[in-house]
Amino acid sequence: MAKTREILLGPIFTNNPIALQILGVCSALAVTSSLNVTLVMCIALTVVTAFSNFFIACIRNQVPSSIRIIVQMIIIASLVIVVDQVLKAYAYEVSKKLSVFVGLIITNCIVMGRAEAFAMQNPPIPSFFDGIGNGLGYSVVLLFVATVRELTGSGSLFGFEILPLVTNGGWYYSNGLMLLPPSAFFVIGGFIWLLRNSKIDQVEPVEYKLASHTK
Amino acid sequence: MSNPKDSVSRTVMVALILCVVCSVIVSAAAVTLRDKQQANVINEKKMNILAAAGIEVVNGDVEAAFATITPKLVDMRTGQFSTDQNVATYDMRKAARDPLKARALTPDQDIASIRKQSLYSTVYLVEGEQGIERIILPIHGYGLWSTLYGFIALESDLNTVAGLGFYEHAETPGLGGEVDNPKWKSSWSGKKVYAQGSYTPAIGLIKGKAAKVDVHDIDGLAGATLTSNGVTNLVKFWLGENGFAPFLAKLKAGDA
Repeated sequence: MAKTREILLGPIFTNNPIALQILGVCSALAVTSSLNVTLVMCIALTVVTAFSNFFIACIRNQVPSSIRIIVQMIIIASLVIVVDQVLKAYAYEVSKKLSVFVGLIITNCIVMGRAEAFAMQNPPIPSFFDGIGNGLGYSVVLLFVATVRELTGSGSLFGFEILPLVTNGGWYYSNGLMLLPPSAFFVIGGFIWLLRNSKIDQVEPVEYKLASHTK
Repeated sequence: MSNPKDSVSRTVMVALILCVVCSVIVSAAAVTLRDKQQANVINEKKMNILAAAGIEVVNGDVEAAFATITPKLVDMRTGQFSTDQNVATYDMRKAARDPLKARALTPDQDIASIRKQSLYSTVYLVEGEQGIERIILPIHGYGLWSTLYGFIALESDLNTVAGLGFYEHAETPGLGGEVDNPKWKSSWSGKKVYAQGSYTPAIGLIKGKAAKVDVHDIDGLAGATLTSNGVTNLVKFWLGENGFAPFLAKLKAGDA
């Protein structure tokens, strides 16, 4: 029981896939300009990671090692296509905004990374929870980034106006930079800094030291 | 190969079974969800038309709101209504790509940078007891990064703008993307497309704020000169001589 808990909750802060392993940053830049879209993306990625881990763990003893990456890709790709189809049918508006990024979950390093690193060595149930845990870890970072970006960029949260914009007769001048993908770099950087301030063990050892000045 | 799991026949077997299982799952999902997806696409288009026309959707019932609207095809060569094609299935975008169903525009004609124009256009009429109350015309053209697709609605005098909206574009968020700003969009309604007695569109975006009394000028989008020019050009094109001007003239004269 304690182990399941660790598998499920570990990736959220102590072993966060984005903040510590720096995986899957690409979609964190692309889909975080509004919370609605981000939330759907997080759910999609969590579902895909959990089920791909589960199915890969189910057949891990049958998979010949020479084609194991291809096998993982097929399972991940099939799941992503199914998720994409479901979104197009039941969340059309959001799926239009996510456009190619749902498809790009296939190449998201977190999904592939967990399949290869965890699901190939562990039974299905723990693998499933590992997928959910890593999906949640990804979600925490994305939702944080999206909250900051949507609030400062459009003055709203989930589309509801929080800071009335000047263009709509309010007082808040929106920060256009925050709506563009590069701003996510700063926000993710800030998140990692906050996290490592409270969890000092995540700070990497310095790889080199400046020699002191001679005289 | 000491391990039987890694033998060639086993590898091929696993790959085959996996491919078959996955393809069945994927195709099953695609087939079962197709109707719902197509309904979404049609629904969305109707919502855009309604939004441009300024018709409110009550309780999300798009069908009921759309019942007042009749789609019709206009032959762009003659400027008259046409029944040569089936209006329900005619797709302007598909037709524009087909050399047999589209006409190429010369560089001086093509101010909206669309290169090819479909021979027929689908227009939407809102009809009331006194005939046409509003007419909704499809418009598209190039902005800064992308082609903007939208609708412009005209009042029954076929000159006053009732509304405008773009349903597809990829302009810079916060700058050109402000074409979606409800406040800016609402500034279009009440403006006149043509000056008295002419069918050359005078409507367009200007740099900065438009004077309140001016009937043709619209506020430019701040920080988005190229998107603003694009919107002006596409509106001028579609309401000009190669767009709907001949049709509107005939409709007004009563022989469309």
